[in-house]
Amino acid sequence: MFLQTSLKKILSALTLMLCISAVVHAQELRVAAAADLNFALPQIAKAFEAQTGTKVLLSFGSSGNFFAQIQGGAPFDVFCSADMGYPQKLAAAGQALPESLRQYASGRLVLWVRNDSKLDFERQGLNVLLDLDVKKVAMANPEHAPYGRAAVAALQRAKLYDRLKDKLVLGENISQTAQFVTSGNADAGLISLSLAQAAELQKQGRYWEIPPGIAESLPQGAIVLRQSSSPQLAEKFLDYLSCPAGKKILAQYGFDVTTAESSDAKKCGEFTK
Amino acid sequence: MNWQAIILTLRLALTVSAVLVIIGLPLAYWIAFSRRRWKFLVESLVAMPLVLPPTVLGFYFLLLLGRGGAVGAWLNRIFGVTLPFTFAGLVVASVLYSLPFAVQPLVAGFASVDRKLIAASALLGASRTRTFLRVVLPLSLTHLITAVVLSFAHTLGEFGVVLMVGGNIPGVTRTISIAIYDDVQALNYASANQNALFLLIFSFVILSLVYALNRRAFFIGTVQ
Repeated sequence: MFLQTSLKKILSALTLMLCISAVVHAQELRVAAAADLNFALPQIAKAFEAQTGTKVLLSFGSSGNFFAQIQGGAPFDVFCSADMGYPQKLAAAGQALPESLRQYASGRLVLWVRNDSKLDFERQGLNVLLDLDVKKVAMANPEHAPYGRAAVAALQRAKLYDRLKDKLVLGENISQTAQFVTSGNADAGLISLSLAQAAELQKQGRYWEIPPGIAESLPQGAIVLRQSSSPQLAEKFLDYLSCPAGKKILAQYGFDVTTAESSDAKKCGEFTK
Repeated sequence: MNWQAIILTLRLALTVSAVLVIIGLPLAYWIAFSRRRWKFLVESLVAMPLVLPPTVLGFYFLLLLGRGGAVGAWLNRIFGVTLPFTFAGLVVASVLYSLPFAVQPLVAGFASVDRKLIAASALLGASRTRTFLRVVLPLSLTHLITAVVLSFAHTLGEFGVVLMVGGNIPGVTRTISIAIYDDVQALNYASANQNALFLLIFSFVILSLVYALNRRAFFIGTVQ
């Protein structure tokens, strides 16, 4: 008897669960964003929510990973990549709206160490990584993270890549790379300026911006995805990124917005509540 | 505390345990009582998730059940269902992944039932179903509880499959283990700690409750 009633209970619980999962959410925008936006984008989303009443749901990860997931049908409305290549490829494959593609910012690569580190990169630059005290250097995985590719390119240009190869540890994305260093498991990290300037990391360490001759800046693109159920709303979010209000927040977090596209003043006028 | 992720995780774990009871009972019954020669093949298949890393399961899940996959394309065409990156997809993947945790205790339970009792029940004219419901299952009650708890607990703490198949979407596929991973990535250690501690205490309380209940059920069983 006990058994039959508990089986019944389990069955009714199952039915209930299935019913709940069928409930559809209202006005929401799902944004897949590169990990270097981990601190800037929540602010922008909050401001956008206050302006439009649209709830923005953020997922952070490596751009390459999102690229693969979007191709597999992941239900996002907007994709903010850390490069131009992935959104361009999605547009070419018909999985994103080509006319919505825009460069919203440029990112910069920095070398970051904890406060307790004695490395003097101001004087020695990247060569400081050859120091015997540096056991591990963290960078993002170049297979699917644009910052990882930028890091490899910078090390190669500085003719250090082959000598440092055994010291490199790869984070799944730029955020995890930073976390390898903050947790003390790597001695230095090649991360984005946007993370290095976030309050959490500024408290814990210092950074050195790798000069333009060695590390190029990373133009970053955003695009509306084909399967978006509310493409107009998604487009509006991208407009917000390209309006003074959004740009101001991006700039605060170390993104270069001087070369980014700008929305026209009329569109930006909507966001002045 | 990330209640959205916690509620989602509980919903997932409850659904998965319920589905596993429904699938697990007949499957375990067959494994325990069948005399087929190739039974060992089914047993190995059921035990596979114990050995395989979640990435393998997640990878093949995406290949087979994704939009481009053979089964996925068919599901999409006939039923309009997409499994990857949805709650339903998480349920399917988790059911596969936790299958041995439900089936193996049940098989052990059914196999430990005295065959004479089953024979006696048959001799007294009870059908197979009746014998199963009135003799075999009550005698394997502790194993059933173990099966449910293990499936529930295993799903609660699942990470790799959920991340690969679910894709970290808030409110849809971001379970508590993934929310904790996200917090750590965002260097939000305070929030990670809160959620992790909640999971830790919750799991301990659930497991303790069930083991206490299990002892009582066993005790009542022996007295009768």
